[in-house]
Amino acid sequence: MTGHAPDATRAPGFVRTYLWSTDHKTIGLQYMLTGMAMALIGAFAAYVFRMQAAFPGASVPLFGRVAAADYNYLVTMHGTIMIFWVAMPVLLAGFGNYLIPLMLGCDDMVFPRVNRLSYQIFFLSSVVLVASFFVPGGAFGGAWTAYPPLSANSAYSMTPFGSTLWLLAVALEFVAFLLGGINFITTTMNSRAPGMKMFDIPIIVWTIMIAAVLFMGSVGPLVAGAVMLLFDQVVGTGFYDPARGGDPVLWQHLFWFFGHPEVYVLLLPAMGIVAEVMVVFARKKLFAYRTIVYSAVATGIISFFVWAHHQFVAGIDPRMASLFSVTTLIISIPVAEMFFAYIATLYGGSIRFSTPMLWALAFVAEFLIGGVTGIFLGSAGSDIYFHDTYFVVAHFHYTFFPIAFLAAFAGITFWFPKMFGRMMNETWGKVHFWGTIIAFNICFIPLFITGTAGDHRRIFDYSMFAELATPEMQSLRILATRALLVTLAFQVVFVVNFVYSLFRGTVAEANPWKANTLEWLAPSPPPHGNFVTMPVVYRGPYEYSVPNRDEDYWPQHEPDEPADPDAPGARRPLQQPA
Amino acid sequence: MISWLLPQASTFASTIDGLVLLIAVIVGVWLILAEVVLFGFIWKYRARDGIRGQYVSGEDRSQKKWVSYPHYAVVVFDIIIIVAALRVWNEVKVAAPPGEEQIRIIAQQWSWTFVHAGPDGKLDTPDDIRTVDDMYVQRDRVYTFELHARDVVHSFSVPAFRLKQDAIPGRVIHGWFRPTREGTFDVQCVEMCGVGHGLMAGRIHIGSAAQYAAWMTEFRTTAATANRITGSTPVADVAAHDHVGTAGGTR
Ligand code: HEM
Ligand SMILES: [Cu+2]
Ligand SMILES: [Cu+2]
Repeated sequence: MTGHAPDATRAPGFVRTYLWSTDHKTIGLQYMLTGMAMALIGAFAAYVFRMQAAFPGASVPLFGRVAAADYNYLVTMHGTIMIFWVAMPVLLAGFGNYLIPLMLGCDDMVFPRVNRLSYQIFFLSSVVLVASFFVPGGAFGGAWTAYPPLSANSAYSMTPFGSTLWLLAVALEFVAFLLGGINFITTTMNSRAPGMKMFDIPIIVWTIMIAAVLFMGSVGPLVAGAVMLLFDQVVGTGFYDPARGGDPVLWQHLFWFFGHPEVYVLLLPAMGIVAEVMVVFARKKLFAYRTIVYSAVATGIISFFVWAHHQFVAGIDPRMASLFSVTTLIISIPVAEMFFAYIATLYGGSIRFSTPMLWALAFVAEFLIGGVTGIFLGSAGSDIYFHDTYFVVAHFHYTFFPIAFLAAFAGITFWFPKMFGRMMNETWGKVHFWGTIIAFNICFIPLFITGTAGDHRRIFDYSMFAELATPEMQSLRILATRALLVTLAFQVVFVVNFVYSLFRGTVAEANPWKANTLEWLAPSPPPHGNFVTMPVVYRGPYEYSVPNRDEDYWPQHEPDEPADPDAPGARRPLQQPA
Repeated sequence: MISWLLPQASTFASTIDGLVLLIAVIVGVWLILAEVVLFGFIWKYRARDGIRGQYVSGEDRSQKKWVSYPHYAVVVFDIIIIVAALRVWNEVKVAAPPGEEQIRIIAQQWSWTFVHAGPDGKLDTPDDIRTVDDMYVQRDRVYTFELHARDVVHSFSVPAFRLKQDAIPGRVIHGWFRPTREGTFDVQCVEMCGVGHGLMAGRIHIGSAAQYAAWMTEFRTTAATANRITGSTPVADVAAHDHVGTAGGTR
């Protein structure tokens, strides 16, 4: 025993604290910051290809002339990065890792080392993806959906190394999220604070857990599909080659069987963030909590039965399309239910327009547009026309942009004081908000119009198409690009505010927003191990504005007041849970 | 609504446009309603001094009806949309009328080859006429088409027809259309098919029966001359080859 310094009492060094950490908060922040760094690449790609779309043939500042092959790989990498390397790491892994143990009142994930491995593999996958820009032949340009035979055979794609690295990177990313998902599910099931029942779990923990289940359930077949694609690429098998008995449509089914649930893998955590923010700034109990949980579960289940709505015109049996059209419209029911409940949550509130709340409200307002335009595409008859047009592009950006940016900004500005112990600047936060929201809409509304007029996707120059090469259409494309430039410029405000507040922001208390959930009990920022004393839970997460109380919030960990055991919300008997 | 931006040149163009209009009206009303309620609440319940938030769980039936009634309405409108959508789908993609003319469409990196049936009205006979990137049809005749892909997945799209169908290597996909308007319209490839995807443009020329006959005679004479010069190679294949060369070289 003598001279033995136990690890627990010694402060971990820099490497252990920041690079090789098993702490869920560090891993969450690593995911988040990596995701934000990848967002810069994804946004840069969008900037370059939009400049080409608006000013075909012109030399783009910081890039140069955009050849057809460049356009293709920029679009492909933009889509791949934004979905797999921005939305997934920030929303699911970033917020999931950071928040789940804190909100459940435990000290870490169930398998901290698996968690560390998950991030390390994710980091490796990012390196592989970025490396694919620099290999001979260039990066893969066959769209983020990577349909074979184009993706399977370099004689068609002309990117022998780019295709393979793209596939490897995506496969590694899947492994990373499979490992992370195990933790989300087991921790939520097993590590809740004493007294926290299933319906005392904050919505965001539910939605992240459901998202993890969806991901794990849908990605398996695609991993198998990816291995087959890899074999087609490198050893010349013919799984997707009709000349050798393969079938290219097989990939489409595997891809979309994963790809559609994936949309909800991203949407659900975003919905969770928005719920947490809305209740705090409306000082309201979440409307119909249980209905929201059930709707999220129902959405998850139905999302496994809609995939072929991406393939209506892909040569599947046309009678099958009817079936998928029906399931697709059915999924609108639970999603609509969730949005109705969110809007109803505002009823009777006392709404404060702090920056996180602005982002959350904008999420609801903008996502509605994305949601209703999806009906045009889920209805098989009209999808014949809209499929693969810019209408689709505009539609899914009205879903993805709110998810990956609006909800993420709501979450970052909301939990920033917890993460870093300082407040972000409100004024600059609002400048960033209004600039982003207005410019974003001006960017994508014109694209609905060009899509309706027939602009098809992934086209680097429309001059070959008489119906599309008109001055009116070009002016819409230019408008969209100008708005993109403005959107991007406003992100500088965010970065400056973020970095400045990190070092100079006013110091935050533990619970600056007067919120109920357990993470606000921990010091800001929470130390290793999270809580000074481990919390016990007495009530649900959303007891705001409870009548006959002085305070308009009632944290989950505060024991009931003996004075009024009959007060609404004080449903728990008074004894300490064992 | 689409017809404000694009002509309608097939029988089902107006059917699809009608469906789009129906959906636009339904979801448009819903969107406006939802946004009005959302912004109405945001305004009405903004924080004011001395007014606390209300305690509403939303779990009682009397409260939940405020989301469940709109929700039943959503179901009703969903059904209306599904019925309309499937009727249109059925007309365009399932219940093809008997074809009066046949045409074969072949997609490859990065050009379209069209095989016209020639005077005998049958494909795979010596009088077939092949053209590259330009397709010729007669107005008011029902066409059935066969869609092939030689290499990767392509997608045959004629926006003025509101018609779109992927071409899959190894499969022959059938479809139909009936042109209703004379003129020249764009043919697009709308599935990412490689470097030349953006160059895979074609045109469809729709003419009267007489005009069509004139076009076909013209092609037969040029084809005959070309065949004498190049030996037995059919003219279209030569042309397709040249085209691939230029398309690939344009990057
Ligand atoms: C910064 C703002 C963004 C802009 C201006 C933007 C713009 C675009 C445009 C114009 C396209 C179509 C390009 C083409 O077909 O030629 C596109 C494709 C795409 N975008 Fe974005 N986007 C943005 C953010 C995002 C986000 C946040 C996501 C997802 C989380 C996303 C996911 C995608 C995907 C999946 C594609 C399809 C790629 C493909 O066709 O392979 N984008 N983007
Ligand atoms: Cu093509
Ligand atoms: Cu193409």
